[in-house]
Amino acid sequence: MNSMMNSLKQYIDLHDEHRELIEAHAPQALNNLRQQARQALEGATLPLKGQEDYEATDLNAIFAPDYGVNIGRLDFDIDPSAVFHCDVPNMSTCMYYTYNDIFHPSNTARRQEGGVVVESLAQAAVNHPQLLDRYYGRLASLDDPTVALNTMLAQDGILVYVPAGFTAEKTIQLVNILNYTRPMMVVRRVLVVLEENAHARMLVCDHTQSADVDCLTSQVVEVFAGENATFDYYDMEESGPLTHRVSSIYVHQSAGSNVLVDGITLTNGITRNDYHVVVDGEHAETQLLGMTIASGTQHVDTHTHLDHRAPRCHSNEMFKYVLGDQAVGAFAGKILVQPDCPRVEAYQGNRNICSSNQAKMYTKPQLEIYTDDVKCSHGTTIGQLDDEALYYMRTRGISLDEARNLLMQAFMADVIEAVRLDTLRDRLRYLVEKRFNGTLANCGACAAVCH
Amino acid sequence: MLKIKDLHASVEGKEILKGVNLTVRPGEVHAIMGPNGSGKSTLSSVLTGHPAFTVTGGEVEFYGKDLLALSPEDRAHEGLFLSFQYPVEIPGVSMVNFMRAAVNEKRKYNGQEPLNASDFLKLMREKRAVVQLDNKLASRAVNEGFSGGEKKRNEIFQMAMLEPRLSILDETDSGLDIDALRIVASGVNQLKSKDNATIVITHYQRLLDYIKPDFVHILYKGRIVMSAGPELALELEEKGYDWIKQMHNE
Repeated sequence: MNSMMNSLKQYIDLHDEHRELIEAHAPQALNNLRQQARQALEGATLPLKGQEDYEATDLNAIFAPDYGVNIGRLDFDIDPSAVFHCDVPNMSTCMYYTYNDIFHPSNTARRQEGGVVVESLAQAAVNHPQLLDRYYGRLASLDDPTVALNTMLAQDGILVYVPAGFTAEKTIQLVNILNYTRPMMVVRRVLVVLEENAHARMLVCDHTQSADVDCLTSQVVEVFAGENATFDYYDMEESGPLTHRVSSIYVHQSAGSNVLVDGITLTNGITRNDYHVVVDGEHAETQLLGMTIASGTQHVDTHTHLDHRAPRCHSNEMFKYVLGDQAVGAFAGKILVQPDCPRVEAYQGNRNICSSNQAKMYTKPQLEIYTDDVKCSHGTTIGQLDDEALYYMRTRGISLDEARNLLMQAFMADVIEAVRLDTLRDRLRYLVEKRFNGTLANCGACAAVCH
Repeated sequence: MLKIKDLHASVEGKEILKGVNLTVRPGEVHAIMGPNGSGKSTLSSVLTGHPAFTVTGGEVEFYGKDLLALSPEDRAHEGLFLSFQYPVEIPGVSMVNFMRAAVNEKRKYNGQEPLNASDFLKLMREKRAVVQLDNKLASRAVNEGFSGGEKKRNEIFQMAMLEPRLSILDETDSGLDIDALRIVASGVNQLKSKDNATIVITHYQRLLDYIKPDFVHILYKGRIVMSAGPELALELEEKGYDWIKQMHNE
């Protein structure tokens, strides 16, 4: 494949040729932005490896294969809950699925408390059109060609809406399953709206069941956290080596809100995760966390942009990577403190272990501060496992492999402990242990393997 | 059980051990004394397989096996144990997970099933009593935030858990106050049997008041230059290491 080929063109052509079909199968609110997105892509190209902010990842190459897109919105005659069992025990959640890119609420979803809405954007266009008009596409920036591409092709997605004063008692769990027989691209939108004093937690799990077909997820998530709202968003990828993922998560925080976003990659092919958080009201708190475990030829690139626009806010950012074999990791994080934002405290950390000689890590921490009287710091490290600790453990009879596993698990301990969902935290410890000792079934969570 | 013959070893190209000979039999306690820099800690590192040290000559036989050909973990499984002079802190790894891995890998080596959780915790409880460590031990990270005394007691606790055939105590007395020294020495003595042996590496006679050696060796400039009974330690305490240096015309 010619990497210099403009891989955007095939998607623009797809849109231009099938615009009527695309629009016929999409809600008005999505169509309203579609032409704007199309215009933003006029003359644009997808970022090549080496461009600023894309030092480690070639987005143009990720989109280059001739992926099909389900613009006819054909459903698959399948019950996702029959082919997928979530293996987080004691996890009482309201389950929702997308199977390929079609939304399926499960039986447990019917138990969602009154007031809290989780539905497809197509349903939301009928039931809550004012929410879509007000919030859809308001955070995502069409200046990013991958976001514009998503917006140009998006036909459906998921709305999570928690009205003022309501609490979604049960964790909202969204399981995205990819299972294709030919190369396909999923175009996913997630819109989360929490009004003031609304509280919710969300766990998103990406699984790929097809082992031998390339697939691509293009995802744009927008989160609005109203005044004094609290929201946890755990985004866990356990996909396969042929799965590519380009994700942008946008968060807008109002005063007094408390948001945790945690990006976890256990297995994948090539992943680019962008996080844009705007802290736009006083006394807001942000936790931005990430954990990547990569081996083989896994590739995980994270970009974060934390924009402090209000005084007296607190943010804490910590991303950790353990890379083995020929895995590649990248992290670029920027904290921006705008003028007139005194008493902001913002901390960023990126800690990495390369456990093989071929693994590569690229890291770029950045602070831009335009206010006095703030506390900000960033720190980044790339290292190997501690030889003295390995030797100490071996003198106790612990094999080198097991000693390495124990040290790598220990390295991840603080980002696991930061998870605010007890059952998920327990499960993560277990999954991380299995991931490091090589027994994590990369199975697309098929019921037969996980239980 | 242990036969060291003409052992030479170097670190970063510098020869530290220059022909050590030593034989240890079951039931014996050997003390190795010597001035700073004589190679005492190097000897314990080489015997346990520290990767930074290179053996440049000689051989070591442990129960008929070529010890130097074994990985550090297999040396442990064969029954060799080192109590570290500076125990390593391992943040994030709890004592319980650390010991479970160690005990179960040894059991696996010996063809035994892993211990179940309740038997394992029972064993932990029983063995920590040997050195008076409290029940918070299990959940603490390995040596992290331990006082000097706790670290050394933790070494002897691990020794009790693993029941080695030969234990090397590398300056176990350094950094200990009198009470901690008594606890540690009493732990070592409780674990002593006619089937196991101990090598005590120390600068001072003090520890040998509590752990009585059968033989005392003086290591100087990478060689054992003198071996005798326990009276040698007393003589050394009295005359100092200058006595040894003078004997070697320095």
